[in-house]
Amino acid sequence: MSCWETVQAYAFRSIGFGENLLPKSDFTLCQQVTLIGSGLIWNIYFGVLALALGFFLAVGVALAKSSPRALVRKPAEWFVFVFRGSPLFIQFFLAYETLQLLPKAGVNVLGITVETAWTTRAWAGALFVLFLNTSAYAAEIFHGALKSIPKGDLEAAEAFGITGWQKFRRIQWPTMLRLGWPSYTNEAIFLFHATTLVFFSGFPAFRQMGDALYYANYFADKTFNPFVPYPIVAVYFICLTLIVTVIFAAVNRRLNRHLPSNVRSRIRLRPQFIR
Amino acid sequence: MFAACADPKTIEGLTWLSCYLTSGKHLDFYWSFVTVLLLLAVTAPAALAMGFLGASAARSRLLPVSIMGKGYAAVVRGVPDIVFFLFFVIALDQGIEYLKSLAVCADHTWPWQGLEFRVCPEAKVPLGASSAFWHKAYGFGLAVFTFAIVFGAFAANVLYGAMNAVPKAQLETAEAYGMSHGQVFRRILVPQMWVYALPGLSNLWMILIKATPLLFLLGVKDIVYYARELGGSKTQAYEYPHPDWRLWYFLGLLVFYLIFTKVSELVLARLSARLNRGQATAGGEALRKAGS
Repeated sequence: MSCWETVQAYAFRSIGFGENLLPKSDFTLCQQVTLIGSGLIWNIYFGVLALALGFFLAVGVALAKSSPRALVRKPAEWFVFVFRGSPLFIQFFLAYETLQLLPKAGVNVLGITVETAWTTRAWAGALFVLFLNTSAYAAEIFHGALKSIPKGDLEAAEAFGITGWQKFRRIQWPTMLRLGWPSYTNEAIFLFHATTLVFFSGFPAFRQMGDALYYANYFADKTFNPFVPYPIVAVYFICLTLIVTVIFAAVNRRLNRHLPSNVRSRIRLRPQFIR
Repeated sequence: MFAACADPKTIEGLTWLSCYLTSGKHLDFYWSFVTVLLLLAVTAPAALAMGFLGASAARSRLLPVSIMGKGYAAVVRGVPDIVFFLFFVIALDQGIEYLKSLAVCADHTWPWQGLEFRVCPEAKVPLGASSAFWHKAYGFGLAVFTFAIVFGAFAANVLYGAMNAVPKAQLETAEAYGMSHGQVFRRILVPQMWVYALPGLSNLWMILIKATPLLFLLGVKDIVYYARELGGSKTQAYEYPHPDWRLWYFLGLLVFYLIFTKVSELVLARLSARLNRGQATAGGEALRKAGS
């Protein structure tokens, strides 16, 4: 099988298209690069969707956490504490076991039977956990950003008669985003790294459709040679990290465009890896 | 454990529960919490040492050494840690066995042959005949080493930043007094950097706590392994039959980690307050302004 044929057979294997059987013997470098790259689709799927959905929940939780009302603030504080204080790995297991307990036949809601089997599958269950997890981490970032908005800005807004929703929309929201963005970039990168945990934590890979690390692990198990597949994953992830950094840096430039160049917040990679 | 537990099928209620929770397997489960604490106790200093080496190397004036130090931190930070956990355990195991095979085996063929890794039986680590304890200890040792390498890179980054945060004037003054580079490093830089490193290191400690369930992936029988094993539904063939209780076991683990991180947070906050108290230097003032 030539390399191009391999690419045709396995490029979309992780989402169920192409050759059904994984290679069993005579592993070529081309096969490993293609299949691991195909698995990367799942990492991107989990990362992008969890980030996109989690952003809104995170802003909501951050606002709730800064609320003066205890009834609103306490649940937000607990949400952030539980998801930031425990390992993501355990959260995956716990979510999987909980979803397993849903009745197999489906739940009856107002006469309509709602299927529940899909919730235990990785694409839904793991995405849900990642969504909640990244929301909690990002909420903490945005909460910190909200707290560090200069007092003078808020007082100036009130002096101009800008209050309530207007004040949030025009003053707090843009400043919060600008201040929180460098940390949020890191959060995005670590979220992408965290997606590799999905298929090692209870969620089964349905019909051997797994993520990049799942296939790398498959090859390492079969060939007893870790020196090829894992570095391939590493290279893929370094590229992914670079792309995420470039996109977030572009947003960061836009958020900072009104400031003189010496006070802009720069994006710095900081070591906060495992959740 | 108790006399009443001799025949678990006949007892009920609280007695059953107390017997169940003290069965042999459960005692192993409780010991595995000790394993996690032991891992933390061994890994934290080891990672700190690795980080210190990495940070010192990155500061070196010899270009290759400095590149090595910086490269170490950069590569580990760019790649998901779990890749390293899966990679290093096999790579280290094979590397050790290959080196040993060079010393003890008669034929020195390249061990990666086709689909297997083959060295002569004498080069196996630990030897096939050695006791289960050595197999466990070897697995645990590999895990500790892997954790130390990965977290050493993060620690190197923190310590490198802390070393740069020590006021330059201090180092220049020391040089003006005629101290050599080594003396400046030992007497001025290292004693002063800890207060700058503490916020980063305490963050790292929190991350390290949350990384411990990954031991499960390294093949160590840790708390996750036992929670899955004990929680799975047990039929009448077992001494203590029960339905699928994995949810409760994992809930227990979650609570364990939440309490652990909370306690660490409190202790670290006190430590930080203690270190910062009365720091009238420019560095202490900067720390106070930074709010840590």
